[in-house]
Amino acid sequence: MKISFTINGQDQTVEVADPYTPLLWVVRDILDLKGTKFGCGKAACGACTLHVNGEAVRSCSYAVKFAEGAQVTTIEGLGTKENPHPVQQAWKDQVVPQCGYCQPGFMMATAALLEKIPNPTDEDIDQNIINVCRCGTYYRMRKAIHQAAELANNSTKE
Amino acid sequence: MAGKKKISRRKFLVRGGLGTVGVMAVGTVLFRNPLRRTIMDFAETAPPMYSGSGTEPQLWFELTKDNKVLFHSPKVEMGQGSFTSFAQMIADEMHLRMDQVEVIAAETATGVVDGLSTGGSLSVAGLWQPLRELAATMRMMLIKEAASQSGQEVSSLTAEEGYVTAGNQSWSYAEIASKVEKWEVPHTPELKELKSYKHIGKPVPRVDLDAKVFGDPIFGLDAQKEGMVHAAVIRPSVVGAKYKSYTSTGVESMPGFVQVVEGENWVAVLADSYPEALMAETKLEVEWDIPKKWSEEDLQDMLQVGKGKRMITQKEGSALDDDEEGVVSLSFSSPMGAHAQIEPNGALAYFDDKGLTVVLSTQVPGITRTQLSDAMDMKEEQINVVPTFLGGGFGRRLDTSHAIIAAQLAKAAGKPVKYQFSRKEEFQHDTFRPPTYHTVKGKLNAEGYLDSLEHHYASGDVSANSAIALANTATKILGTDIGAMRGGNVMYNGIPNHRAVQWHTTLPFATSWWRSLGLLANTFAIESFVDEMALKAKKNPVEFRTQVLGDEGMHGRLKKVIERAAEVGAYSDTFTNGRAMGFAASTDTNVPSAHVVEVSIEEGQIVVHKVTCVLDCGVAVNPDQVRAQCEGSIIMGMSASLFERMTLRDGELFPTIYGPYRMALMKHAPKEIVVDLVQGADIPLPVGEPPLGPIAAAIGNAIRRLTGERLTDIPLQENLDQLLA
Repeated sequence: MKISFTINGQDQTVEVADPYTPLLWVVRDILDLKGTKFGCGKAACGACTLHVNGEAVRSCSYAVKFAEGAQVTTIEGLGTKENPHPVQQAWKDQVVPQCGYCQPGFMMATAALLEKIPNPTDEDIDQNIINVCRCGTYYRMRKAIHQAAELANNSTKE
Repeated sequence: MAGKKKISRRKFLVRGGLGTVGVMAVGTVLFRNPLRRTIMDFAETAPPMYSGSGTEPQLWFELTKDNKVLFHSPKVEMGQGSFTSFAQMIADEMHLRMDQVEVIAAETATGVVDGLSTGGSLSVAGLWQPLRELAATMRMMLIKEAASQSGQEVSSLTAEEGYVTAGNQSWSYAEIASKVEKWEVPHTPELKELKSYKHIGKPVPRVDLDAKVFGDPIFGLDAQKEGMVHAAVIRPSVVGAKYKSYTSTGVESMPGFVQVVEGENWVAVLADSYPEALMAETKLEVEWDIPKKWSEEDLQDMLQVGKGKRMITQKEGSALDDDEEGVVSLSFSSPMGAHAQIEPNGALAYFDDKGLTVVLSTQVPGITRTQLSDAMDMKEEQINVVPTFLGGGFGRRLDTSHAIIAAQLAKAAGKPVKYQFSRKEEFQHDTFRPPTYHTVKGKLNAEGYLDSLEHHYASGDVSANSAIALANTATKILGTDIGAMRGGNVMYNGIPNHRAVQWHTTLPFATSWWRSLGLLANTFAIESFVDEMALKAKKNPVEFRTQVLGDEGMHGRLKKVIERAAEVGAYSDTFTNGRAMGFAASTDTNVPSAHVVEVSIEEGQIVVHKVTCVLDCGVAVNPDQVRAQCEGSIIMGMSASLFERMTLRDGELFPTIYGPYRMALMKHAPKEIVVDLVQGADIPLPVGEPPLGPIAAAIGNAIRRLTGERLTDIPLQENLDQLLA
C-alpha cells in the first residue's frame, strides 16, 4: 500500500505491506530520520513524539495510514543548527540534555504546547509535558520551556 | 614536578599518516597484589587511577586536516558530561579553543577502552592526571617538531589556539604533524596551575549539545548497515524458565519474514523491518520449561537481616546488646528497582573480511569484546566493539550479553542484524537494583548524643556476580559485596561504638549496579534512624550530626558540607505554610553530600518544593555539568524514593511498561533546586552518584515532622498511602 504525506516540508510516498505499521518505524527506518526515538512502543514514554498537522503525536502507536495527506514534522524539521526553533535555542541556552535520548520527544511536545498556549504556566507545563526523562532534566526543561515561550513571543512581535 | 604519576611511565608510540597523528600509550595496571585493606579503602573512599586496557598500544589523539584534535575517549558519554570535561582538559593543556577539540568514544579495534567500565562516577576523576599529561606532552611534541622543521630554538616558540608561533611566522598543528616522519617523545612537561586554566573550572556548554538538540543519529539504536535485517527475540517471561521448543503458526507467510533462529535460551524472528519482526513473532508458540514460579514471599524469605552470608564491613568499639536499656531499633526496606533508561538495549552486529563488528550502547566495551570473543570462539583482535552515545547508562549497560545474541543472529543469517529490546523485554531482563532490608540500632549517651550505632543491611547482588572484574576480585578477596556496601558503613566517627554488618543473598534473577548502588537505601536507613534519635534526644538534627564528626580528613569535609547545607538551605525544625524541612547527608566514594528538602503533603501526595544540595566534589572541571548531575541525581533519586517498585507476580517480573512502573514526571520535579559546591580537595572527585544519597532520607525526615509518622519503606508515597488509609 502506498501512503503519501509531507514530512519536514518535503512530499514523500512510502510503500508498506501493513498500513497499520507505526509511523515511527516509517520515519526512522524507511525515511532514515533517526531523531525520533523508540522508547516503549506503547505510547507511554513520549520519546517518539512528532507532529502530525501540528498536533503532538506518539508515533510508536500511530498507524502510518492516518498520516495520508498530512503534514508531518520531526525534530529534524523543527529547526536547524543554523536557524534553531525557539524551543531548540532555549534548550541550548539552558544546557538541558544529559544523555539526550528523550530530548527530541520533549522538544516536539513543547513546540506543540507553545502553539496552543503561547505563555504556559507551571501548571500548564505539568499537565501537558508528560514524557519520561530518566536523567531527570525536568528542572532545566521547565526553565527552557518558559524561555522558549519568551523567545517565540518576541520573534512574533518583531 | 607536576604530578606523582608521570606519563613517561607509559611507552609512547606514534602512528603517522597524511595530516593525522595518533598518540598511543600503553596503559597502566591498576592493582597489583591488592591487600585486603587497600581494596577496602578503595571500595569505601578513594577514586582509583584510570586503568587502561593495558594490552597493546592504542590510539588517544588524532590531529585532523582542519586543525582539530579528535580525542578517542576510553570512557563513554552517557549523559554525565564527561566528554565536555575531557575537551576542557585537552584544550587547556594542548592550547586549543574548545571548538578545536572533538571527542568520540574509542572503538576497541583502535582506541584505548577502559579496562573496567565507565561507571562509579570516575570518568573525569580517573582521567584528570593522565589526560592532561598526554595533552601537555602532545603540545610539547608539536612545539619540538616545529622547532626542528623551522630551524628555530624551542624556547623562541609559543603555542596558542592550534598554532605554533615564532615571531611573525606560524604553523598550524596539522601542518606541523603532516611533515613529521618520526616523532620524538619528550618528558612530560609541567602541568599548569589550576588558576591559570582558561577552560577547566568554567561552565562551558556541553560539546554534544548540538547533536542532542537537533536529533543527530548518535545512539546505539541509530546504528545501521546496508542489507541488515531486524530481530525480535523471544526470551522467557517467567524467571528461571528454560526454552524448550517453538511451533510456527504461519510465521513463514508473514510479510518481510526472513528466518527463525534458535539460541541457548531464546528464539528469534528475523524480518526486513522491526515492526514486521514484531508481527511475525506473534506467529510462534513457544514452550518453556518452568521449574518454579518465584513469588515476592520467596524473595522476602531469602533476603532478610539474619539470612544469607554475613560479613562485618565496619567495626569500632563494642557491639550493642539488644537487651541493653535505652537501645532503639528500627527496620527499613527498599524495593527492587529497574534502570528504565529510555533507550532500550540492543546491538547491530555484522561480519566482514576483518571479522565481527558490534555497535551498541555499552559501559564496558572491553568486557563486551571479551565476552563476544568467548561466546563466538573468535580472537579479540577479530572483534571490533563500537560504543556509541548511550541513551542512559545508570549501570544498565554493564551487562551486554545481548551483544552475543546479535552476533549469533548475524552469523546464522549471514547478514547484518539489528536487535533491539521491546520495553517488556527491557523490564523483565533488566539487571535490577536489588531489594534491601535494614535494621538500625542505636543508643544515646547521657548528653543526648549517639553513643552507639549499628547498621545491619541485607541485599541481593550488586557487584557480586557482575561482569566487572574489579568487583569480582574484591568480592573474592573480601567476601563482601562492595556495591551493596556503598553508604552502608557509619560515617560518624565520633560515635564511639559503631558497626555495620552485611547480609548478602544471590536472588534467582540478575541484580546489579544501579546509579549509586547501595547508597540510596543504606543512607535512607541510617539517616532516617539518626533523625529519629535526634528527635528522641530533642536536638537539632544538624548539630546532632556535627557533634559526632571529627574535623580531619573525610569527616571534617562531611562536617563542613553538613554545616554549609544547613546554612544555605536555611534548615529549620519548625514548619510554615504546611511545609516541613528534612535534612540528611551521605558519603560516597570520598564525596560528602547533604540535602535540605522542603516538603508538603497535598491531597495525600508528597510534594517536594525545594531541594538544597551541597556537594564537596573537589575541583569542578565543569561546574555547570556538576550542577546538572546534582539536579539529575535528586530527581532520579526522588523517582526511586517516592514511586518505583518492581515485583514478582505469578513468576514474572512486573510491571513491564512505564506508567504502571511509576516514575517521577515533570509535575513531580522540585520547582527550586539550589546546588552549592564546596571544593575540599585539589583534584576532581566523583560527581554522578554521590548527590543521590541523601534524598530518600531527607524526604522521610520532612514527612516525620509533618505527620509525626516515620516512613520506613521505600517507595515512600506507597508507605504514606498505607499510613493514611
